[in-house]
Amino acid sequence: MEEKLVFSRPEALTDMPTHYCPGCHHGIIHRLVAEVIDELGVRENTVGVASVGCSILAYDYFNVDMVGALHGRAPAVATGVKRGRPDSVVFTYQGDGDLAAIGTAEIIHAAARGENFTVVFVNNAIYGMTGGQMAPTTLDGQRTQTSPAGRDPHLAGHPLRMSELIATLSGPSFVTRTAVNTPARINQTRKAIKKAFELQLAGRGLGFVEVLSTCPTNWGLGAVESGQWVDSHMIPYYPLGVFKED
Amino acid sequence: MSEKILLKGNEACAMGAILAGCRHYFGYPITPQTEIPEYFAKHMPEAGGVFLQAESEIAAISMVYGAAATGRRAMTSSSSPGISLKQETISTLSAGDLPCLIVNVARGGPGLGCIQGAQSDYFQSVKGGGHGDYRLLTLAPNSVQEMMDLTILGFELADKHRNPVLILSDGVVGQMMEPVSVPEPVTSFPEKPWAAVGAKGRPKNIINTLHLNAAVCEERNRELQAKYKRIADAELRYEEIDTQDADLVLVAYGISSRIALTVKNRARAEGLKVGVLRPITLWPFPTEALRRLAERVKGFLAIEQSAGQMVEDVRLAVEGRAPVAFHGRSGGVMIQLDDVEADVRKLLGR
Repeated sequence: MEEKLVFSRPEALTDMPTHYCPGCHHGIIHRLVAEVIDELGVRENTVGVASVGCSILAYDYFNVDMVGALHGRAPAVATGVKRGRPDSVVFTYQGDGDLAAIGTAEIIHAAARGENFTVVFVNNAIYGMTGGQMAPTTLDGQRTQTSPAGRDPHLAGHPLRMSELIATLSGPSFVTRTAVNTPARINQTRKAIKKAFELQLAGRGLGFVEVLSTCPTNWGLGAVESGQWVDSHMIPYYPLGVFKED
Repeated sequence: MSEKILLKGNEACAMGAILAGCRHYFGYPITPQTEIPEYFAKHMPEAGGVFLQAESEIAAISMVYGAAATGRRAMTSSSSPGISLKQETISTLSAGDLPCLIVNVARGGPGLGCIQGAQSDYFQSVKGGGHGDYRLLTLAPNSVQEMMDLTILGFELADKHRNPVLILSDGVVGQMMEPVSVPEPVTSFPEKPWAAVGAKGRPKNIINTLHLNAAVCEERNRELQAKYKRIADAELRYEEIDTQDADLVLVAYGISSRIALTVKNRARAEGLKVGVLRPITLWPFPTEALRRLAERVKGFLAIEQSAGQMVEDVRLAVEGRAPVAFHGRSGGVMIQLDDVEADVRKLLGR
């Protein structure tokens, strides 16, 4: 019987087992980015910029040239990479602690300049790698190691909606928020990432794709419950949709 | 060599960078170095290069990190407080073996200090301003000509050793004007097969400084230390002037070395046997040269625009073989020739 290959690892992913927890969405999002790189045929021309947080080891998982940035600095590092090699395809892969707290200045100004690279922003409302501390995206009332009684807006303010904030700037060509907790949303996220890369290839400026993600370990939930928590808690505060499209 | 032109130290530095093939400058305004970004803003476009005014000192050095990772000759410049802000990335550039040039046109500190030139960033430059066991090859120009020449040399040494190079200048050398001979542009550049430019036809390149396994991290440190030894063995630069018969050797770098030379000339005119040792590289430091001199001179006088920083390395080199005196002013106040001369007479019993 003739065998037909129906599923394989994208060339833009390595075969290294990831360190991500069961139920974490990083693996799905990595795969979507890699599929888009393959589909566009740009793997040999791509430079990825990894950040600090759970996705810090992305430099091992993507099978493209990778640069590891310091905490929050990925958009500035990517600016240097893209300005250094304008013909390369450049993306950053950043979590919410990295992008929305310590790296707020870098993402705002890279977006304001309309830097021509793609930002994949993975928002799981918590600092994962350091063991579950409050992030700028932690929801009001959400319990973390540094908000043990739940996030108190009087003490910590309300969580930042980065897509809405970035969309107020004229530099970005595309700003969207998606999720990957259902098959339909996984497909939408792939399309959004592909669109952001295509806009970069067309020289249209920064594409910003926020993907809502899970952290079962630090949320204290199972894999299935975490996916449901995205629906019940995250999407009401972080609505899905396109916020800017030139 | 062409005929000489009159330049500010900061302009000479920026012009030298373009001659050295630097086409990527990222910076932020701070006095007294701002003529450097201003020069690039004007001249990078005509050189086909990138000038980008970053949102912060941290972003500027991060952009240098990104451009250097793609193999480009990249640089930033700042002055003391701004250089402090860059230190985490300077440590990381060192850990990542990324060649680049960082220029500190130093001013008085600590804190915001003042905008006048000073030499109180010596410790930060050569003892590790950022975290971890790393070394910056540090060059200290004492003239506008050297602001240009050492900038060009800095890019060459950075690429040769895959290490960041620091130019430790100061607000006086940066702001003063002198005639400069302009060399020909650099036309030969090394290959950089390690650069992150897209993995076409080869395994992927990774620029990374994280090692979760401590044994791997230690091995990486061993490699770095071996590199630092190679740099220390190959790149020491200093000059000795009239030290052959000297009873007293003035030790000074940068703008203070100009003062030391004048004091030495005046002393020699009076028959006093005074010499000068000027470190040009601050790391590596001319430890052996000082030790040799310590066997036969009556003493040393370290002169710095600081409360006394390099003098500690002089004392470490001399190891008690001869007395080491210190003359300094801190906070951006200039050392006065007459005051240094008075110290010289006192030390020589005159």
